[in-house]
Amino acid sequence: MYQKFDVVIVGSGGAGLMAAMQLPNASVAVLTKVYPTRSHTGAAQGGVAAALGNQEEDHWKWHMYDTVKGGDYLVDQPAAEILTREAIDAVYELEHRGLPFNRTEDGRIDQRRFGGHTRNYGEGPVRRSCYAADRTGHMILQTMYQNAIKNEVRFFNEFLVLDLLVNDGQACGVVALEIRTGEIHTFHAKAILFATGGYGRAWRVTSNAFACMGDGMSIAYRRGVPLQDMEMYQFHPTGIYKVGVLLSEAARGEGGKLLNGKGEYFMERYMPTLKDLAPRDIVSRCIVQEIKDGNGVDGKDYVYLDVRHLGAEKIAEKLPDITDFARNYLGVEPITEPVPIQPTAHYAMGGIPTDTDARVVIDSQWTPMPGFYAAGEVACVSVHGANRLGTNSLVDLIVFGRRAGKHMAQFIQENDFAPLPEHPEDASREYIDHLYSSTGGESAARIRSELQNEMIDNVFVERTDKGLRHALDEIAGLQEAYQNVQLQDKGKTFNTELVEAVELRFLLDCSEATIHGALARTESRGAHFRLDYEKRDDVNWLKHTLAYRGTQAHDVRLDYKDVILIEDPIFKPKERKY
Amino acid sequence: MNILVRIKRYDPERDAKPYWDEFRVDVEPIDRLLDTLNTIKWTMDGTLTYRRSCAHGVCGSDAMRINGRNRLACKVLMRDVGKKVTIEPMLGYSVIKDLVIDMDRFFDKYRSIKPYLITHDNEPGTERLQSPEQRAIYDEGTKCILCGACTGSCPSIWGNPDWVGPASIVNAHRFIFDSRDQGGAERLNLLSNKDGVWRCRTIFNCADACPRNIPVTDLIEQVKRAIVYGGPEEA
Repeated sequence: MYQKFDVVIVGSGGAGLMAAMQLPNASVAVLTKVYPTRSHTGAAQGGVAAALGNQEEDHWKWHMYDTVKGGDYLVDQPAAEILTREAIDAVYELEHRGLPFNRTEDGRIDQRRFGGHTRNYGEGPVRRSCYAADRTGHMILQTMYQNAIKNEVRFFNEFLVLDLLVNDGQACGVVALEIRTGEIHTFHAKAILFATGGYGRAWRVTSNAFACMGDGMSIAYRRGVPLQDMEMYQFHPTGIYKVGVLLSEAARGEGGKLLNGKGEYFMERYMPTLKDLAPRDIVSRCIVQEIKDGNGVDGKDYVYLDVRHLGAEKIAEKLPDITDFARNYLGVEPITEPVPIQPTAHYAMGGIPTDTDARVVIDSQWTPMPGFYAAGEVACVSVHGANRLGTNSLVDLIVFGRRAGKHMAQFIQENDFAPLPEHPEDASREYIDHLYSSTGGESAARIRSELQNEMIDNVFVERTDKGLRHALDEIAGLQEAYQNVQLQDKGKTFNTELVEAVELRFLLDCSEATIHGALARTESRGAHFRLDYEKRDDVNWLKHTLAYRGTQAHDVRLDYKDVILIEDPIFKPKERKY
Repeated sequence: MNILVRIKRYDPERDAKPYWDEFRVDVEPIDRLLDTLNTIKWTMDGTLTYRRSCAHGVCGSDAMRINGRNRLACKVLMRDVGKKVTIEPMLGYSVIKDLVIDMDRFFDKYRSIKPYLITHDNEPGTERLQSPEQRAIYDEGTKCILCGACTGSCPSIWGNPDWVGPASIVNAHRFIFDSRDQGGAERLNLLSNKDGVWRCRTIFNCADACPRNIPVTDLIEQVKRAIVYGGPEEA
């Protein structure tokens, strides 16, 4: 079926819906492969940072400094300035739209501490995270969806986007599979926003939903758009042991501490100033180091998160959901027992390269692809650099989702519909038909499981040349095996086996780009830690990776673009200590 | 441990009517029921169809009827289901395929109660003020993840599918009792009819079904009282 809209937004999380809010006078379609309120924004727990100064003195420039330093100086600094300045107004916008923030005694938005957020350029922790209990993302998602209903935004629920349509260098639509009927649809648009989130499901242990398969990144990559800084993937320190479900950094923001098998609060030893509130890349490495030193619990591969000293009342009031997770999935009572945790795959700092108006840029010269936008985790602006600070993902969604919406509003005024390419659905139909008709006997579930194990074994917190090469060979083999994936379900109606097979290809693409970036980057920076190159190397590597897809896993082409720094000496790259 | 999993199956392209299918699965006691469904789908029968996403009880995708009660499959552990577990699509919805139900009507009802902040005043330059006490009054309703478990557990819905249902009323409550909102009277008016709050017979199935532990029936009663007394009572 053919449909036409001024703007098509793919993804109904915080970024997509925030963009939709900015387009009251346009025809807008939001396509989501789930229902909007199932989007993974809803799983964000801790808060959204903005220098409101409601609890103590704070300034956006301090927030910017923390963001740049937290990102180990791979952050484009003008983008970080926009992020932190506009965060303030964007948080007020959320409040005006109804978001039920926790409140201070005098009725203002309450704020709490979070990892890596400091006062006066690193002096000590600051209360900057605006929050709604430990379900801030849920509240953002609900509030944005409620406003979308108010604005009568048109939703296409349970539509899986398969392809981006590009004609003569201009984006002009998408092709999507309606999951309920198996029908293929073409959506013709002047502007397309990808807000499809991350790809945490590439790892066996992850905080991410089953939906986080790298859809948007892979689709863009297959249309010749490079993926930027994919080696910069965040492993959150406190995932529930084996399950991966996140226990928010808010637990440490409220005073929780990490405890090793010897009963030691070990972060004090590594990071004397910020201790347990050091940024996530550092805390995850410390946990891995403790485990390697034999300090895991009972010599195993986990340590504890300890919140016992906070007391039952504070835990119930400030951390109800994560307490529930520990009880439910581990049978552990956090009020009286420490909770077993391990690092868990959490967030892609990298993604589709964009400028600060969320326009997708396709090379090292910042050339935009007209009509194509990306925002949120799928995009790389780059405000997170080599390591994102806690709460800055939600800031990214609302600030750059909003900027995307505003820029698209202008773009659709100034531009007409670009014609669709001839036979726009052909590639997608051929691909889907192949999956239906294949008799290769291969199982998508097996391939996915091998991929997830390989990524945990060799593309995790610590990396080496040898391990990464092993992973690359493995991916090449899995991509070959993918050609033989065979479905048991041949039906058209709600074929989730088909959906999972399509998503597996997304995951394989994202993993391929991640490994190439990691293999080439012979330094350690932020979340990318190489055991064979332990030092950061600003002379050679203060630059962004751009990975272009080749014909197979081994022939990805890499290019680089400079990190944008500003004149102010306070932001000059220096050694990162906390 | 080895468990017998009975699942009510239905594929509109193949089956004239639903039937019971059975699988024997090896599971760990701390596996989620969702893990068990995945094991079946990924290693035994790829046609088994259900929704899921976050897998830890916050997205609301995998509400289903498990041993006769509406639960999220990702919040039920195998050690708690016994040697045999029976899984069906939730009642009160039409079935699309296997455990997948049609949620469109559910969301239409949600939309009908104007689930968004209604204000007539100009917005201030910073945040609107709200005391922690005012915030606490409507806290419970903000936990709702729109999974539909409450609505699908309600005999009043089974008997009358047009009824607005508990989830919508919970979300109306969330705004009616929000001190910043000015649309309370409008919503109370919408809910004061036979397909509004009054079809609730205080059966409490909804509160039992809620995976977020929202006291659904209490909130419905508060809305009823607000209709009778002409507005939300001060806490």
